[in-house]
Amino acid sequence: MSKAKKVTLTINGKDVTATEGMTLVEAAKEVGISIPTLCYHEKLAPYGACRICTVEISRGGRTRLVTACVYPVEEGLAVKTDTPEVKKIRKTILELMLASAPTSKTIKEMAREYGVSKARFQAEKTNCILCGLCVRYCHEVKGANAIGFVGRGIKRRVVFIPEIATTVCASCRECFSLCPTAKLSSETDGVYFDGLTLDNYLDVR
Amino acid sequence: MAQLKSSSDLVKVRKQVLSRRAKKRRISVNASGTCGLAYSSDKVCQALAAEIEKQGLSDKVELTATGCLGFCENSPIVIIFPEEIAYFQVKPSDVAEIVSETLVNNRVVDRLLYKDAKGKKIVNAGDVPFYKNQSRIVFGNNRLIDPREIDDYIALGGYSALAKALGEMSPEDVMDEVKKSNVRGRGGGGFPAGAKWETSRNAPGKIKYVIVNADEGDPGAYMDRAVLEGNPHSVLEGLVIGAYAVGSHEGYIYVRQEYPLAVDNLTTAIEQAREYGLLGKNILGSKFNFDVTIHCGAGAFVSGESSALMTAIEGKVGEPRPKYIRTAVSGVRERPSVLNNVETWANIPLIIERGAKWFTKIGTEKSKGTKIFSLVGKVNNTGLVEVPMGTTLRTIIFDIGGGIREGKRFKAVQTGGPSGGVIPESMLDLPVDFDELTKAGSMMGSGGMIVMDEDNCMVDVARYFLDFLADESCGKCVPCREGIRQMLFVLNRICEGKGKKGDIDLLEELSDVLSDASLCALGQTAANPVLSTIRYFRDEYEAHINEKRCSAGVCKDLLSYYILPDKCQACQICLRECPVDAISGGKNLVHVIDQKKCTKCGTCIEVCPARFSAVVKISGEPVPKAPPQGTEVIRSKAAK
Amino acid sequence: MKQVDRIIDSYHNDKNALIQILLQIQKENRWLSPAVIQRLSQKLGVPTNQIYNIATFYKAFSLKPRGRHSVSVCLGTACHVRGAPRLVDRVKEVLEVEPGETTADMKFSLETVNCLGCCALGPVMMVDDEYYGNPAPTEIKKLIESCD
Repeated sequence: MSKAKKVTLTINGKDVTATEGMTLVEAAKEVGISIPTLCYHEKLAPYGACRICTVEISRGGRTRLVTACVYPVEEGLAVKTDTPEVKKIRKTILELMLASAPTSKTIKEMAREYGVSKARFQAEKTNCILCGLCVRYCHEVKGANAIGFVGRGIKRRVVFIPEIATTVCASCRECFSLCPTAKLSSETDGVYFDGLTLDNYLDVR
Repeated sequence: MAQLKSSSDLVKVRKQVLSRRAKKRRISVNASGTCGLAYSSDKVCQALAAEIEKQGLSDKVELTATGCLGFCENSPIVIIFPEEIAYFQVKPSDVAEIVSETLVNNRVVDRLLYKDAKGKKIVNAGDVPFYKNQSRIVFGNNRLIDPREIDDYIALGGYSALAKALGEMSPEDVMDEVKKSNVRGRGGGGFPAGAKWETSRNAPGKIKYVIVNADEGDPGAYMDRAVLEGNPHSVLEGLVIGAYAVGSHEGYIYVRQEYPLAVDNLTTAIEQAREYGLLGKNILGSKFNFDVTIHCGAGAFVSGESSALMTAIEGKVGEPRPKYIRTAVSGVRERPSVLNNVETWANIPLIIERGAKWFTKIGTEKSKGTKIFSLVGKVNNTGLVEVPMGTTLRTIIFDIGGGIREGKRFKAVQTGGPSGGVIPESMLDLPVDFDELTKAGSMMGSGGMIVMDEDNCMVDVARYFLDFLADESCGKCVPCREGIRQMLFVLNRICEGKGKKGDIDLLEELSDVLSDASLCALGQTAANPVLSTIRYFRDEYEAHINEKRCSAGVCKDLLSYYILPDKCQACQICLRECPVDAISGGKNLVHVIDQKKCTKCGTCIEVCPARFSAVVKISGEPVPKAPPQGTEVIRSKAAK
Repeated sequence: MKQVDRIIDSYHNDKNALIQILLQIQKENRWLSPAVIQRLSQKLGVPTNQIYNIATFYKAFSLKPRGRHSVSVCLGTACHVRGAPRLVDRVKEVLEVEPGETTADMKFSLETVNCLGCCALGPVMMVDDEYYGNPAPTEIKKLIESCD
């Protein structure tokens, strides 16, 4: 196996030597810098949906905002993980998530860290932030495909596929502990999926 | 059709086609395009075919069913060559006269000619103001082509650019020429096509793809459809030339399924091109192989975004991918993929045939060539317009478009679709150019130009676009999905009369997170319609919020309908037509609308005879007290 | 299932052509039934959750049977500024269903679409393959009644 190429960059002023192919989240972890994430999981392909891990990168005089879970390390990159702009973005994203998941402990805690005291926005309380951890875990790790995305835009939802879920979920339920809003554990036991199937989506739509 | 094995074969075939037709007189009617068909141009075409046969002219006249001719408002359009006598709004019943008078006796049928604003009749298509002020280098050929006849395209010189590229130029030469022309993507991004091609050419991997983006999702834009339906070979030729430059042997044409006729005409074109050996193996004896597959969309605006489109070609849900790894390097099935818009591809044969130098003489410094715009909305001459970059909005809307319908006042023109913005009257002298439009807070987009007048509400326009995007966003990332959701809530509230102080600031704040943190360009530009209407029409927002007033008379919840007691003539039409029986009155009695029952459907104002004009919309003010019951009408002179 | 198999075979069982296959089935059957989706999943080796994702993501597909006749009202920007919302209201009154729904007798499905590209006619309504520009309420009624 050929030696993986090394890449040097800075994160918050700190020099980091990373391996080519690593993402910014992974490179930061190596030097003890933690970038907040919600839809990221080391066992799963990076998804880039929650945008909480947004960071500022600069190279050759050009600065922009990218998501650290997807962006690969680059030679000479200067990464800043906590600029005021980045913090403002995270704050607003958390506020937006709270609208759909106002009782989620994880989201409320993170929101408090970013200075959110009151819920400013309202939305249907689905208690789901569509991070996709359950869907992706079931597909990539378990290969069961018992749960999936349906719909588009503001009507996008996660539903169980009863024909499969009723045969495999009860003895698995591994996605339950991944759910940042604890929706799964609070709304199903892995045996019954009332209100969480495609038929429910089609009727309500 | 025998396969063309060399460029001299192509020249031979062209000569044969031209000599076959030399003695025939051509008559074109726009019956091969969707908009023509919507005006029953096919019936005119059938009538022409029958009449030509009836009068024994079949070997003297060539009838061509063309695609879109651009002047859609005046369809069906018939053009007779070589003089290019143009007849508009032709009916099947006019056909016998056209054939006898014009084709046989060379006399013009006056009543079918275009009449300009002064009443002057114009004979030649080229002199019609709509066409005169355009520069139809890409679109103009539509009038001479039946899209289902490849020979029509060849007769015009079609595929000679391909022959030149394959026979006299190396792939690098072709690439150079396209780079020198500075042609920028006509789909909205405005990215230099040559640079994109070069990235793919230099990317590792033997298998590369070239793709035509014919998803054309911007509502109100239909020029790509018109080019695909009317001149599909121009796109195919451009695609093969591009494939040669990039080193690709496989192409895709992604067409939205809402364009079945474009798919049909394209399928026919591909089959005929294959028969001639212009697609497939050893094209024109050059040893270059290339073929193409059509892939249909299934009804999703976001799938027109380049990375989403490529994911859809793989048979998956067409969601965008983050653009850190460019699709030119890793696209369909992770292979280098060049994606360009229909109109961009259609420009390529011209650039190769006539040279980059010629192309750079047209347009502005940073935006070369022409652009086809769909000029629609409250304009008199609705249609497809092709002008050199740098032409002003004023020229397009007033000189070509004929100004605002029904004598109303221009208010704004919206460009760039849901990613764009509005441009007000004060900026009508803005030249259309990628960068100028972006500076003004809008963008070129795919070329949709929606003209709006005093009866359009700018807050409603912003709401319309957000409503569109709320449904069309893929919904994957939080800033876009939830940001749009919340912005739409705010706009709905404002339009319903529930706007609060701080709403405009809230909209601007949400716009920031959308622009900065969204995964793809849909989310990143979703706030543009809101920001640009706030920028130029802030007073309308403030009136909606602070005074509950919609001066354009659009937002239902801010309107009241009122019958003016001194104008009502008790004709009783509104009373009868009101769907909720909210109007009381009787013979000779002033009619009164019960505001509590009124659903603001607007039927009364529509049916009140124009000579009375007794119904008005009131907004931002209390409704005057109703006249006492039994008040008699005041008979006006007009009524007697 | 013979029909579904025939269509899958015509695309050489290629899972890249999934969307094209679904488009054809939708065209022929006017909907995608659970049985059809099961069959596709088996033959193409694509999990059902992915097929349901596609079927609910794209507007062209319907997981409930659509009516024999399709009535579409264009909500494109050009039609919107020319009064499309009013036209939708008028059509809703005649058909007595909301956009996205099918009449109880399975005769008509009402849809709103994002642009038909006939902006000169706007606001535009389509009944099956025919286009109508700004039809009055009486005209809409006549058109609907003339469909069998």
